[in-house]
Formats: sequence, structure tokens, C-alpha cells
Amino acid sequence: MNCSDARPFLGAYVDGELDLVRSLDVEAHAEGCEACAQDLRRLEELSTAVSMAPRFPAPQKLRRRLEHRSRGRSLQTSPWLLLAAGLAAAGLLLWRYVPARTQTADVLTEEVVQDHVRSLMANHLLDVAARQQVEPWFAEKLDYSPAVESMPWRGFTLMGGRLDYLGGRAVAALVYNRGGQFVNVFVWPMSGQPDRAPQNRTVDGFHVVSWRAYGMDWWAVSHLNEADLEELAMCPCFMPPNRTLPVDESVKPKSD
Amino acid sequence: MRLGRFEAVLLPHLDAAHNLARWLLGNSQDAEDAVQDSYVRALTYFDSFHGEDGRGWLLTIVRNTCYAWLRKNRSGVERTESGQDLELTPDTGPDPEVMHLREADRLKVQQCLEALPTELREALVLREMEGMSYRQIARMTAVPIGTVMSRLARGRRRLQEMLAGGVRKEKT
Repeated sequence: MNCSDARPFLGAYVDGELDLVRSLDVEAHAEGCEACAQDLRRLEELSTAVSMAPRFPAPQKLRRRLEHRSRGRSLQTSPWLLLAAGLAAAGLLLWRYVPARTQTADVLTEEVVQDHVRSLMANHLLDVAARQQVEPWFAEKLDYSPAVESMPWRGFTLMGGRLDYLGGRAVAALVYNRGGQFVNVFVWPMSGQPDRAPQNRTVDGFHVVSWRAYGMDWWAVSHLNEADLEELAMCPCFMPPNRTLPVDESVKPKSD
Repeated sequence: MRLGRFEAVLLPHLDAAHNLARWLLGNSQDAEDAVQDSYVRALTYFDSFHGEDGRGWLLTIVRNTCYAWLRKNRSGVERTESGQDLELTPDTGPDPEVMHLREADRLKVQQCLEALPTELREALVLREMEGMSYRQIARMTAVPIGTVMSRLARGRRRLQEMLAGGVRKEKT
């Protein structure tokens, strides 16, 4: 890692937003680079400075007003805001948050796409690369272990795995490569729910396919087209074989 | 039942709500009104809240209420770009590299933060005071994580410049 690699990540390093591997990269670089080390110190000092800025806790009278009135559901909207923000705020809310909250799947779809983009942009695709190590590595980090298979004869080569964070929990991300395009497959347990056929969504040009099988929720995301992603979803390790697409036996290796 | 849950989920975040509103709007009276109205709105929409992050949900409402107010009452959300004109309290500490934060320094930090454009100030307040993750901030402010990162970076750079400006004034 050189300065131009490290510099964009210094803030995220101080904020504790980098994964372990990248944190160690930044630390290793800063050990040998006085300029970046100094930048890190400045960022930390600045954090201290901002933390010294005053907080403004709610005044007691406001707290009491809200406590009392929320019980009687008689909170009054102050006149200025009715004039100022009534429609605007409601419109913003409806548009920005309420639909997102009521359609959890959409929030998740966006998160899945963001995770995918971030994994490519931050050059942090893999925590563990060797195929044989992926399964035990996940078993160590998570309380479940997804099936991990490489399927080169179907055109999907397993690159490795990564821990990621989705819908408020740590999840496994399996990374596949098909013709130079990467696919992230996020998986987490969802026991006691009936299986669900693949569903397609598209966000910002990324295709997302989600399904439920083997007591797990699976979300695959990529720039690959939908048909390719669905083909991945139909692989027997992701979906019980009675629903899989036929495999071209001629290209299947003898053992894998 | 519903109100009980409303109180349990949202009232614990009253201080955070007020702090955010105060930093966004710049004065106590507006902040109080905005928080009260945000709670009214939260109550109205509470049935649509199924999540686990009550604070994020509430702060999003507070934020949107404050922004609507800013749009209406001030021409443009960018409150001021003239941070350079601030009268900074000179730093008389012996070592400018180490910030000895006395009352005057706290005031200086406050002034500099307030002089930042709203969006940069908001990112810093959510990150540094509320300890929110990039992802939470991104969701709250409806921008990509990359934008959150660049806002934080810009906010910090400008804050550093403003704070260092005070030091330089003293030195030269």
C-alpha cells in the first residue's frame, strides 16, 4: 500500500470502519510513512476536538411535555412548522423513509447492492481466498455454515468468501467469478420458512436475485444479466435439485 | 399498547433528537419545536416502523423536519460558507499540535462546526457525537456510503483549517 492507496482510507480507519485486513494495511503503511502517520494523528486530534463540542440534551420541559402528551396523544404541532414544513416534511417522509420501511425487501435490495459495490470499490472482495478454507473459516466466524462449492463446469468459479453486514447482522458473502464478472452471494439462515423461488430486482444497473432454500435466505448480486444469475441460483448447492436446470455433462470435469 | 411501545422505542432517543436538531438549526427554540413536531410525525407513522433501529428512524424524521424548515426559512440549506470570516479564539497553548481544550476551545470548536455547511456538519455530528456507522448515516441521509465518506473528509478538512487558522493567527 502506498500513500495514494492509503490516503482515502485514513478517515475510515480512524472511524473504525475498515475491515481487519485493510486496517492492518493502513497501519503497516503508516508505520513507514511519516506524512500519513501525521494525518492519522491529526484526524484523531480532530475527533477529540469534536467530541469536546457541546451536546444539547433536550430541556426537561420538552421531555415532560412529550411524556405527558404522548399518553394522551394530544401533541400539538407548533404553528410555525405547520406553515413551514407541513407538506414538505410529510412528502419527504413518505418518499424517503416510510416506503423503505414498509418494504423491507427493497431496503435489503439496496443494501445488497451497496455491499456489492463497496466490495468491488474498496478492493475488499475476499477475507479468505483459498477454496478449501472458506467453509471452515465461516464456521469459525458465524453460527451457521453455508454450502460452499465451486462450479466451474457451470461457469461459476468460487473466488472465496468474506464476512459482510446486512439487515443488522453479520452474513456470509460467497464470491464467484464468471467471465471476469464478480457475483456476491449473501447467505444467512432463515429456518422454519417455506422455500421461495428466485425473485429478480434491478437497482442502478445491478441485478439482484433472491431465493430461499435449505433454510437459508440467498441474495445474489452482480452486473451479470438476470438469466446468468438465475442459473447460479439453480445450482444444486443453492437450490434442491428437483428445480435445477440441466447441466451440460460434456463440460463437467470428472471430479470437483 | 401502541403508545407504550412508542414511548419505549422513541423517548430514550430524545436527547439525541434534540442535539441533532440544535446542531442543524442553530438555536434552541427552533430545535425544541422541530423535535416536538418530529415526535408528532413519528407517532403518526409509527405503525409503519417495524425495524429495530428506533434511533435511526427517529433521527431521520428529525433531520427531514429540520431540512424542510431550513428550506422554507432560509434561502438554501447551505447556511454559511463564510467560515473564514469567523473571529476565532486564538490558541495560546504552548504546543499547537496538541489541543488543550479549555472552555474557549470548546466554544471555538462549536463556532467552527456551526460555520460548516449543513451537510458536512450533519455528517460530523452523526458520526462523532452519535457514533453512527457510515451505513446508518448513509441510510438516514439517503446518500451512498461514498458520499458519507467524502462529506466526513471534507468536513474534517475544513474544520482542521478553521481550527488551525486560529492557531496561525496567534503565531504570526
